Amino acid sequence: MPDALLDIRHLRIEATVYPPDEPSHDIVIVDDVSLQLEKGRVLGLIGESGAGKSTIGLSPMGYGRGGVRITGGEVTINGRDILKGGKRGLRRLRGKEVCYVAQSAAAAFNPAHKLMDQVIEATLKHKVAGRVEAERRAVALFRKLGLPNPDTFGNRYPHQVSGGQLQRAMTAMALCSEPDLIIFDEPTTALDVTTQIDVLAAIKDAIRDTGVAALYITHDLAVVAQVSDEIMVLRHGKLVEHGDVRQIIDAPTKEYTKALVSVRSIEHEEKRPHEKPILAVEHITAAYGHGAAAVPVLKDVSVEVCSGQTLAVVGESGSGKSTLARVITGLLPPREGKIRFDGRDLPPRLGQRSRNDLRELQMIYQMADVAMNPRQTVGTIIGRPLEFYFGMRGRERDKRVAELLEEIEMGKGFLDRYPAELSGGQKQRVCIARALAAKPKLIICDEVTSALDPLVADGILKLLLNLQKIEDVAYLFITHDLATVRAIADSIAVMYRGELVRYGPKSEVLAPPFDAYTDLLLSSVPEMKIGWLEEAIEGRRMQSAGN
Amino acid sequence: MLKIRRIPLSALIGIAITVLFVLAAIFAPWISPYSDTSVVGDVWEPMSAAHWLGTDNLGRDLLTRLLYGARITLFIAALATALSFTLGASLGLTAAVIGGWFDEVLSRFVDLIMSIPTLIFALVVLSVLPVNTVTLIIVMGVLDSTRVYRISRAVAVDINVMDFVEAAKLRGEGRIWVIFREILPNALSPLVAELGLRFIFAILFLSALSFLGLGVQPPMSDWGGMVKENKDGIVFGIPAALLPAAAIAILSISVNLVADWVLNRTTDLKGGRGNA
Repeated sequence: MPDALLDIRHLRIEATVYPPDEPSHDIVIVDDVSLQLEKGRVLGLIGESGAGKSTIGLSPMGYGRGGVRITGGEVTINGRDILKGGKRGLRRLRGKEVCYVAQSAAAAFNPAHKLMDQVIEATLKHKVAGRVEAERRAVALFRKLGLPNPDTFGNRYPHQVSGGQLQRAMTAMALCSEPDLIIFDEPTTALDVTTQIDVLAAIKDAIRDTGVAALYITHDLAVVAQVSDEIMVLRHGKLVEHGDVRQIIDAPTKEYTKALVSVRSIEHEEKRPHEKPILAVEHITAAYGHGAAAVPVLKDVSVEVCSGQTLAVVGESGSGKSTLARVITGLLPPREGKIRFDGRDLPPRLGQRSRNDLRELQMIYQMADVAMNPRQTVGTIIGRPLEFYFGMRGRERDKRVAELLEEIEMGKGFLDRYPAELSGGQKQRVCIARALAAKPKLIICDEVTSALDPLVADGILKLLLNLQKIEDVAYLFITHDLATVRAIADSIAVMYRGELVRYGPKSEVLAPPFDAYTDLLLSSVPEMKIGWLEEAIEGRRMQSAGN
Repeated sequence: MLKIRRIPLSALIGIAITVLFVLAAIFAPWISPYSDTSVVGDVWEPMSAAHWLGTDNLGRDLLTRLLYGARITLFIAALATALSFTLGASLGLTAAVIGGWFDEVLSRFVDLIMSIPTLIFALVVLSVLPVNTVTLIIVMGVLDSTRVYRISRAVAVDINVMDFVEAAKLRGEGRIWVIFREILPNALSPLVAELGLRFIFAILFLSALSFLGLGVQPPMSDWGGMVKENKDGIVFGIPAALLPAAAIAILSISVNLVADWVLNRTTDLKGGRGNA
């Protein structure tokens, strides 16, 4: 393809690392990757964290994040080798020929300036258009991207619009100078599924209408299947498989790609609820703040968890699902209602609960790396609950710690390691072991897999299910990810704005007829199927027309 | 662990000079050529083979006085810093963990003390209390602890909201465990860097007090006191006052170099400003 818009050949990217107590050395982040992209095509870059997908994605802008440098190969855009253009060449390139849409629009916009000024900034700087023309273009883009009140939207400040709107404003910013290539770096990862679908549809339409080429970086294969023409699967900085979107999704050839496509292979037999709930939350109402300024976050919520079973609490951000966990653990005493645990009333406040109450109710956090003290070794982290609850000392304690490490499928070799020396999945496993050490009856799992790569998350879920069988422990599983819910739940509670909208055994909750919100939630989860996005959007249009 | 080759040159110089001063202070009675209080020559003798740095306003050997001065200065500054850290850090960490009215009362009280210039405050207190080494250390330590309180509380408030602290609280751990086992180890690096800076401040503060006559009392003398004793000689072109002043400056700078490097290292660990 001599007339390709973007032509990357044998790209090699290295970085210098400075490990503590070791001499600094260079590591290869991207190794011999080549790709071509024509005008109007979308290439999806997919891989787990550390695969080098963002690093490759940034290379057409000639940019490397802190300490990263391009050491080999060439990057050609419109027939010009951008690596040889110098700073002046890069300045001409960035924001004019190549634009970038970042993952977190909330962090990427300057909160001190109005949206319009930021959206048209690059256009003005590069003298692509004058202010009047640029603003006209921006308003047209706002309209195309489905933003509310497109004529006045630009007068708002970033904090005055929602996360999904901000992400679309950022897309408008990228499109405004009419570039040849846009790089989307996980543009929907930080959004709720119900918001993600709208943003995805808006991005897809905009790409099609403007005929711009795009690199779409994500770790979610189902998302990339909706927007791309081709997909490149990357792992450890190397190309695994590159092909047409249809071929990758329907007929992957490499083992790794097959694993990615078929992820969530967990077999879980749904258990019927029985008469012995370990935890019963009865008519809980809770609020943050005091008096009249209090913000209600939970309204009359009642759920039960049966011993040895899993209740999944699902909802988008702001639905109150994490607050429910805080109420149950006693960190936030409820305004009204009570919590019954194993047949007894739990005191509302953490400080009033007995050591046994605390022991039987453990918690696992979303971010394993901040859930462990970075200055304690794995042995101390797992050993402390044993000391604290059971008074174990010395050899007895060490023996039990070793057993627990076996249970989480890690060996004794990890005893003296610090959390910083573990991978993401291993950290979460240690957190699980710490919870198990207390021999709890219920573990609250707060988004425990959402910070992990899909294959690693899968391993954690399988481990949790296994442990449930062995230890007969119940889980209250908080998540926004419906695929996870399908995989492990026995019953499901759907929450929306602090209220329980749907609650029951999994098979009933996930079977029609649905209420409006559950329907919206379920239909928003991307499916690993080409054309799903159009079907979903069409389905919604039909519904609103029917109403 | 720590390779000497990886320590930047400025920090190495700082460490070398600081260690030299500390050694001089510890071994002062053995290495000084004369007794620190006996008059061994004329007033303000120039440098000679007998008196390397000359003599002071009473004819005492200046090198000997400087060595003993280092002993007193470093001793008082070290104890005052230790006191300010013990007091400030334990109160600061406790305030951050307990929060609520305890934090509020303590923080406003510290604001109150900090709003009065330290030197004026110390002068007033020291002119009322009997001036001896113990009072001096306590006054300096307590006044300085307000600064340590501020920084340790700020650091601890950040750590206190981390999930691992919440996990410890959910486990039912008491406050002592949370403060000393969960928070303190993580607050240590910034506090150690602060330690160096506060130590310098203590030296300067002590020197200022002694210069004003409310610090170390004669016949003992720290460096600030020596500047005071010999300051009249400056008019006659006699450098005796400049030597203790230079000692203060050199020690401050070298400790500062070390503290700066420690601070850089700790921010490195937190992914802050890189300094490879």
